[in-house]
Amino acid sequence: MNTIVTNTPAGLYCRAGDFHIDPRQPVKRAVITHAHADHARWGCRSYLCTRESRPLLRARLGPDVAIQDLAYGETVSVHTVRLSLHPAGHILGSAQVRIEQDGQVLVVSGDYKDGPDPTCTLLEPLRCHTFISESTFGLPIFKWPRQGDVIRDIQSWWQRNREEGRTSILFAYALGKAQRILAGLDPLSGPILAHGAVEKINRSYRDADVHLPATRYLGEVEDRQLLREALVIAPPSADQPAWLKRFPQSSRAFASGWMRIRGNRRRRAVDRGFVLSDHSDWDGLVQTIRATGAESIWLTHGYAEEMARWLREEGHRAEALPAPKPANDDDAGENP
Amino acid sequence: MKAFAELYRRMDDTTRTNRKVAAMVDYFRQVPAEDAIWAVRFLIGRKPRQAVPTRKLMSWAANLAGVPDWLFESSYDVVGDLAETITLLLPAAKTASNRPLHMWVQDHLLPLRSMEIDDRRRFVVTAWQQMDDSQRFVWNKLITGGFRVGVSQRLVVRALARFSGIDGAVIAHRLMGEWPATAETYHRILSPDTRDADISRPYPFFLAYPLEDPVTELGRPENWLVEWKWDGIRGQIIRREGQVFLWSRGEELVTLKYPELAQDAARLPDGTALDGEILPWKDNRPLPFGELQRRIGRKTVARKLLQEVPVIFMVYDIMESEGADCRARPLRDRKAILSERLADIPDSRLRASPEVAAPDWEAYAALQAQSRQRGVEGFILKRWDSAYGVGRRRGAWWKWKVDPLTVDAVLIYAQRGHGRRAGLYTDYTFAVRRGEALVPFAKAYSGLSDAEIRRVDRFIQRNTLERFGPVRSVRPELVFEIAFEGIRKSSRHKSGVAVRFPRILRWREDKTAAEADTIETLHQLLKEAVQGKR
Repeated sequence: MNTIVTNTPAGLYCRAGDFHIDPRQPVKRAVITHAHADHARWGCRSYLCTRESRPLLRARLGPDVAIQDLAYGETVSVHTVRLSLHPAGHILGSAQVRIEQDGQVLVVSGDYKDGPDPTCTLLEPLRCHTFISESTFGLPIFKWPRQGDVIRDIQSWWQRNREEGRTSILFAYALGKAQRILAGLDPLSGPILAHGAVEKINRSYRDADVHLPATRYLGEVEDRQLLREALVIAPPSADQPAWLKRFPQSSRAFASGWMRIRGNRRRRAVDRGFVLSDHSDWDGLVQTIRATGAESIWLTHGYAEEMARWLREEGHRAEALPAPKPANDDDAGENP
Repeated sequence: MKAFAELYRRMDDTTRTNRKVAAMVDYFRQVPAEDAIWAVRFLIGRKPRQAVPTRKLMSWAANLAGVPDWLFESSYDVVGDLAETITLLLPAAKTASNRPLHMWVQDHLLPLRSMEIDDRRRFVVTAWQQMDDSQRFVWNKLITGGFRVGVSQRLVVRALARFSGIDGAVIAHRLMGEWPATAETYHRILSPDTRDADISRPYPFFLAYPLEDPVTELGRPENWLVEWKWDGIRGQIIRREGQVFLWSRGEELVTLKYPELAQDAARLPDGTALDGEILPWKDNRPLPFGELQRRIGRKTVARKLLQEVPVIFMVYDIMESEGADCRARPLRDRKAILSERLADIPDSRLRASPEVAAPDWEAYAALQAQSRQRGVEGFILKRWDSAYGVGRRRGAWWKWKVDPLTVDAVLIYAQRGHGRRAGLYTDYTFAVRRGEALVPFAKAYSGLSDAEIRRVDRFIQRNTLERFGPVRSVRPELVFEIAFEGIRKSSRHKSGVAVRFPRILRWREDKTAAEADTIETLHQLLKEAVQGKR
């Protein structure tokens, strides 16, 4: 597909630098765009990521794994290529990978979003010759409402539940989405409780000087009145009868880009679906891709075929990479 | 339209019936009668007919949204709902419409069908431009003929009753039949004077509940009337003031579709209402339901069809006799009255459903096992002392259906579902083995749990062999037990058979495709059905 990077069963591979990007199988050297599980996998001999990503990666991979880090924008030479990591705006520490060889520049976007997010560095538009972009939400039906409006909706949903004596349970991916929502909430509105998986990552975020409102670990709270007034933030996997038993009265909500589609909201059978994603929507993808000025565009994840075809009809050179996992999986690309 | 869109959103957002009822009560409190009557009409399922061809609508929306047609279709494939796809793709709304619902319906929606196509486009696009997202969605649902809310007529009646203080049964009665959507109708529906009697108006049907416990739990068989469960269309014959009305259970007036029944019913005395089954009938036995289907879709029937598929009205019950409502009297009395009525009109196509007599439940069970052979679906059990109630209730009437036929079949094609299952592969085609090949024989949509659907969906995504438009062929590995009610010969199907009401009984994860049933199994079932063994 390209002289700098090729698509292999193990993932994108840079031959000249002898490293993989977000490999799907154990390899010698892995460059990691961000710490979500479907991008940062076990078993590689060494890892390279951003400084901000490193503690998150360490928490996921354990203390014995060799992890190197780079500051955003810092360039290293790997054999004959020059490698640097640049903000992707997806979650804390998320990066686009920029590879330069003989004056040719290729960028692997990783997951990204172009909207505001108080918990991570904003997406940096990069110029390049070849752009490998994600396309998780690469259909024009995906248009995000303004984040401020969504947070306000969450806030008022919480208030109404409080008034009616119901716990507000908000399901959101534990890494990134949960903190992004937390950062927007008004701590004076009531107690904010975090599921263990979320609270663990909150600590990492706070260690990285991301400002989050005070939260309490749900497991320590026994006061029933407090529970009724609280907003509980938990990963989607917690949405099980056994876990829910502790809340006699509750309203359940899910925050995800997939909530844009009514069928998804209904299938989740939650009381509310908040449209909030850490990926770009259609317009964001198109703008970001155009801003690269790339001559050649590769799409991966989600609706890659559709996005590629549309770009071609717009006069770009664009192709879909063979999908690493099925599109439209309920949590494709959003799964921490 | 604002209030109605908000009502729709609130009902759509919850699965809890009490919240739905509360949303409707709030709505009725705040809107004028002109709007409320349209809302009632739509909520009880009398949606307007499709006003614009789907193709046209898609291309107008795609055009306005600035997306190519193929991308619109890909989006539709993912969303699974046309009205929603359009809403998601249209340029962001600038405003919300303050025009009330009845004006949107009467001045914009209803005239659409008789307009030239260019005028329709202008009307539809103008409507989109004046509405916000939630209004657009509801509007799209209305013009595509796909308006549906997860609410039963009973819940609408409950909301109207709570709002007005009028007894729910009175409201249910008044909602039946045909009425214009006017403020007058709304006031009449909620009128505290309950003497009104429209001569055409039928009674709400009383429905049997599926038997859950062993039949012996019902106590002594002498307390029960046992009748065959005939396989036709439930109907109601009303004879009042010299006129005849035939209603189907779908609350549709079907008098003209069955002129032979109307002719015989005209011999009944005024003030009679009969509950029964419209049944295709020849040579003293029922024809397969499929034959009746040939008559269902038509407003009037040709002489040829009348001869090929003659019908009778198998009478179960009488609700009105000599102008008086007799539903509160015990079934034993009603049956006595009914046989008098029918004795007055000998040699008619209105026949009393016979009582099936047997000494004990064991003997009944033996008879029930012969249901298929007799062309019936099993038994209906009714307490001799039961009143004729409203709706589906446990206790007084039960249906005791025969077990379905089943085969183990292989999933070979899949298509994405709609509505609650939009986006997931939920519509499946199943095949049986013929030698080394697989022959498709049935489509089924229901029967799996949500968790199973998600797993099957994942399998399909990973095991797609080919795509034909929205349909995918998948690696033939998954085996399901498919149940169906009947089987008949069909030259239109590759397998040579057509099955009735197929659905998934269970996922046979213990079986491989090589262990699925064969075409011979189906042919054997067909042979037995024809010979009347099943």
